[in-house]
Amino acid sequence: MATEIETNGNGEGELYGLLAEFDTPGELVEAARKVHDAGITEFDCYSPFPVHGIDPAMGIKRTILPLIIFGGGFSGAMGGLALQWYCNAHAWTWNISGKPTWSIPANIPVAYECAILIAALTSFLGMWIFNKLPQVWHPFFRRDRFAHVTDDAFFIGIEARDRRFDQDKTTKLLQDAGAINVENVYLDPDPAKKQMPKWITAFIVASTAFALVPFAIAAKARNSKSTEPHIHIFPDMDYQPKYKSDQMMDVFADERANRGEIQGTVARGWLTTDDLFYRGLETSEAGAKWTTAFPKTYPDGRPFVVDMDLLQRGRNRFEIYCTPCHGYDGRGNGMIPERVKLTGGLWQARNLIEAPDKDGKGGVAVQMPNGQLFNTISNGYNTMMGYAAQIPHADRWAIVAYVRALQRAQNAAQTDIPADQQGSLR
Amino acid sequence: MSTEAAVVHEPGKAREAFRAITRDVSSVAEAQKPHKLWLVALAIAVTAFLIGVYSVYVLVTTGIGVWGNHNMVDWAWDITNFVWWIGIGHAGTLISAVLYLTRQTWRVSINRAAEAMTIFAVMCAGLFPLLHTGRPWFAWWMLPLPNDMGSMWPQFRSPLMWDVFAVSTYLTVSILFWYMGMVPDLATFRDRCAMQGKKIRAIIYGVLSLGWRGSARHWHRYERAYLILAGLSTPLVFSVHSVVSFDFATSQLPGWHTTIFPPYFVAGAIFSGFAMVLTLLLPLRFLFNLQHIIKQEHIGAMCKIMLGTGMMVGIAYATEFFIAWYSGNPFELFAFRSRAFGPFWWAYFAMVSCNVLVPQFFWVKWVRNNNILIWVLCILINVGMWFERFVIIATSLARSFLPSAWAHYHPTRYDVGLFVGTIGMFVMFFLLFFRFLPVIAMSEVKGASPEAHAGGPATKGGHH
Repeated sequence: MATEIETNGNGEGELYGLLAEFDTPGELVEAARKVHDAGITEFDCYSPFPVHGIDPAMGIKRTILPLIIFGGGFSGAMGGLALQWYCNAHAWTWNISGKPTWSIPANIPVAYECAILIAALTSFLGMWIFNKLPQVWHPFFRRDRFAHVTDDAFFIGIEARDRRFDQDKTTKLLQDAGAINVENVYLDPDPAKKQMPKWITAFIVASTAFALVPFAIAAKARNSKSTEPHIHIFPDMDYQPKYKSDQMMDVFADERANRGEIQGTVARGWLTTDDLFYRGLETSEAGAKWTTAFPKTYPDGRPFVVDMDLLQRGRNRFEIYCTPCHGYDGRGNGMIPERVKLTGGLWQARNLIEAPDKDGKGGVAVQMPNGQLFNTISNGYNTMMGYAAQIPHADRWAIVAYVRALQRAQNAAQTDIPADQQGSLR
Repeated sequence: MSTEAAVVHEPGKAREAFRAITRDVSSVAEAQKPHKLWLVALAIAVTAFLIGVYSVYVLVTTGIGVWGNHNMVDWAWDITNFVWWIGIGHAGTLISAVLYLTRQTWRVSINRAAEAMTIFAVMCAGLFPLLHTGRPWFAWWMLPLPNDMGSMWPQFRSPLMWDVFAVSTYLTVSILFWYMGMVPDLATFRDRCAMQGKKIRAIIYGVLSLGWRGSARHWHRYERAYLILAGLSTPLVFSVHSVVSFDFATSQLPGWHTTIFPPYFVAGAIFSGFAMVLTLLLPLRFLFNLQHIIKQEHIGAMCKIMLGTGMMVGIAYATEFFIAWYSGNPFELFAFRSRAFGPFWWAYFAMVSCNVLVPQFFWVKWVRNNNILIWVLCILINVGMWFERFVIIATSLARSFLPSAWAHYHPTRYDVGLFVGTIGMFVMFFLLFFRFLPVIAMSEVKGASPEAHAGGPATKGGHH
């Protein structure tokens, strides 16, 4: 067990400390205890794996890392909840099936994952920060034997800056503790090598600055105005090789991409020559007058029959489009006149079923021929607007038929009721 | 007590044991020429990976219409593969975290490889939902980022959002855990490369090992942080597969809408993960002569875990059927009838035979010692677990409430190509990992060896 002490400091810088090698982990623990008992504080043990029992021997206090990690996890959970509250309950409240926008059970999974994520990042980064790693250089790496610390070697390193450090006494202490080899470790004589190499510093600074460039561009873009549109990284189908109706196209003399209709043609379904069906007019050589009947056929040739189906259709359309003003019974007491009344105004829609008096006055809707009634639905009357855009022609005729049925029903005499149903009257 | 103290025991004996561990593990990465079988395997894996790259290219440039998914069966191979890969990843975390917390020292021989497997599996898994979005370049829309669409934010009450957070947290934490565990071993590689004069390698490993020098004060915080990371990973691994199962369980589809899903999925994940660990490690252990580190008893322990989790999965299958009948819900009952006897009966049959019957072989000690047989059984379990995910996803969608919504499903060549590609990517990364990184946690193996206490009061007898 030859112990060799390297005392030759020629060509070396100042003394950094002593590096003592031990044969087994057990001896390392014993030696660490002795160094600690000798009152030395600026020392450390080095081993290929965490040696059992070294912490009390060296007097290492428990790290406060777990507390910080708990703080990280707690803020992760709270941050996760705050994020979800901000997104879904504050900035963008989105009603889904009437569910509450803020309900803790649905927000637990994400808060839970956030807690774990932040706690894990805290433990990872916190551990390296507390350990002052990454560290590019350490004087002990200058000794070749120290390369075995990650393989099979156990070391105690005592730094010369310890106030109880004395080169001879401390060497003796380590030898007595069972060191198989004690080396003096010097700093590099070149003072530049005591620091991090310049190129590494330069690289870190340059790469950090470079990494900030995208953020700087984004920040500038957010705070300045531009006449150019946004950069489209993924255009998807936003730009297609086609013309839109309002665009220019220099192929044609008028430079319009929209070519309009071709003269002398009619689009399918747009031929409205049938005055009776499309306008309610009976035309003859004497001129045109409102029809009092119904069209004979639909434009496609089907016969126009006033039957129960037509009346039901008319009722359905009437209740959608006409009842808001005219009311369900046609007396002009729909929701809108009712609301006008509530706001203190006085306005009544046309009473569609009012019969004319003996002098033939009033009862405008009753006296209107079918054709004029149709025209009223199409183009409006007084304050009523036209419904041509909403109601197809066939449905307008169905409404006309239903209005006629309403007028008949509301003005009926008792004798109009069939004999076999007279008894059901109350 | 000076020099004599060191000779109370045989000097250098403990160090030789540590040196042997370093040498054996490092030799895997330090071999001048890679093993021929390794090259063959890498060539096959890279080919499969390129098939996957081509499938993704066609998919992204054309649209997900190239897959067999359609309006009725809108989740199919993609989500099956996603759940399957995530499940495989879970054994890695389980081995490294749960077995660490329960002080199962046999884990040290396999934890590094299992953690690597986790990371590669989660990477494969993440591809599928990403590509299923159809326009993966908009994947950042899933993150709560300020945007130019006014105040538009993700909807956090959707289990799919939970998935985003669970899977990305899982990947991040797995990488941190893996990397942190590897730093002392990377330092070993750094020092060995420096001693052997491999300068470039030494610099790369040097940067990766962050200047680790095995300081006891560092080890102290390192062990605390590692323990806490293990403690964080354990609830994480259970939550991740529970969240994945919520994707299904919170829907109203018969066959999906069950509370049994979270534990059932987690048990299946552990089951398939252990099968994948053995599928990978058995050949590599043979190839790189690691039999004395990854011992037969370790393999036997994993077989027993598969036996246990396989039976849990079997109980889950039985429970599902019982509840389908006991609930009196005709839709539920129909869904399970069509699972077992419907158009995908063969998938159900493959699932039950591979997942419930195959692990029963592990009762026999002779089987647990026959590595070739174990390997074959593990492959079958992987197949069975893939079919389990397929059965749950595809058969439920193919036979939903209305007969008008019934449809059959056929994968296309791009479905198959992407799946093959992810397997290729997984194996490729794993083979590269074996070639360039410390495959076994040397520092942990040393710490768990009997020599770790050499020279201590116990071996010195009455020295003090």
